[in-house]
Amino acid sequence: MLKILKSFAKRILQSMFRQREDIKIGFYGPPNAGKTSIANKICKDWTGEELGIVSSIPHETRHVQFKEKVDIEYKGKKLAFKIIDTPGLATKIDYEEFVERGIKKGQAKKRAKEATQGIIESIQWLEDMDAVVVVLDASENPYSQVNITIIGNLVARKIPTIVVANKTDLKKAAVKKVEAAFPDYEVVGISAKEGTGFDDFYEALFRLSKKI
Amino acid sequence: MRNKKIKGLSLQVIPFSELRGLSISERVKKILGLVLSDKIVIVHGRLRAEEEARLIEDTMAMVDHVKNFKGIELAVIEPDMKNESIIVKIKHDIAKTLVGDSSALTVVGPASIIKEIKKDPKKIELFLN
Repeated sequence: MLKILKSFAKRILQSMFRQREDIKIGFYGPPNAGKTSIANKICKDWTGEELGIVSSIPHETRHVQFKEKVDIEYKGKKLAFKIIDTPGLATKIDYEEFVERGIKKGQAKKRAKEATQGIIESIQWLEDMDAVVVVLDASENPYSQVNITIIGNLVARKIPTIVVANKTDLKKAAVKKVEAAFPDYEVVGISAKEGTGFDDFYEALFRLSKKI
Repeated sequence: MRNKKIKGLSLQVIPFSELRGLSISERVKKILGLVLSDKIVIVHGRLRAEEEARLIEDTMAMVDHVKNFKGIELAVIEPDMKNESIIVKIKHDIAKTLVGDSSALTVVGPASIIKEIKKDPKKIELFLN
């Protein structure tokens, strides 16, 4: 009996004093949707440092990169996140597309090789996420198979998810179209370039954290 | 595969029954094997989400190792159930659970041949390179 009581007290004390781990938030989506731009804005706002390099050439992020202890405060509440930026998912990689964008052939081939490995890495990291922010380009067709595959995998793994429709600064941007494509998800329209919509994003992020 | 002039398209239909007994690896291997031989594969049914992810992973590994292989184009066409009654939806879900999702069609082709797949619930358009 004494043993049981001791073990119970130990568990209670451990749960009271155990430091809560950072909430692991993964940024997933197709290439060039603005995952790194959003992750940079969040990290800059709350830690003063950016996370990665941004480029208009697809597959700039070719390795998973993250920042720990990103303490975000919203409406008096504070949560600690681990922000994980992942390489964009795609079903094809052609080094010639990089050459067309001005990258030398050797570098383009290297970039393509790294990009393929980055995609594999992204998928493998999915298992470790507490929650995911799916970042889509609001000016592109949301019904692409890659987007559907990402969402399908999050559903299968029961990972809480929000969808961000980025690039609302573009004329072609249609947040409503993204909402129509993913009616079961909270969709937040933002522009990482102009820094708009982030209040709604943080509100959605805090709501998402409750589902973990 | 690059610079090859396309004189015709080779389509290979895989009935769902051919995939049913296979493991994830075997299913993906079978599909990618056909894609590597320049065939456009039409699977009667849809892969599970984790199988689609595995298909992308294995495709990327092959892009890395197979000369001139650029990857795949992938699309799934499913019946539009939005306007169906709850009973029809339930029947569809039960059938899906029991025998797998054979009401959908999955199209997978080599990216060197298919530039883009556009779809709507009733038709599919393949744009060739």
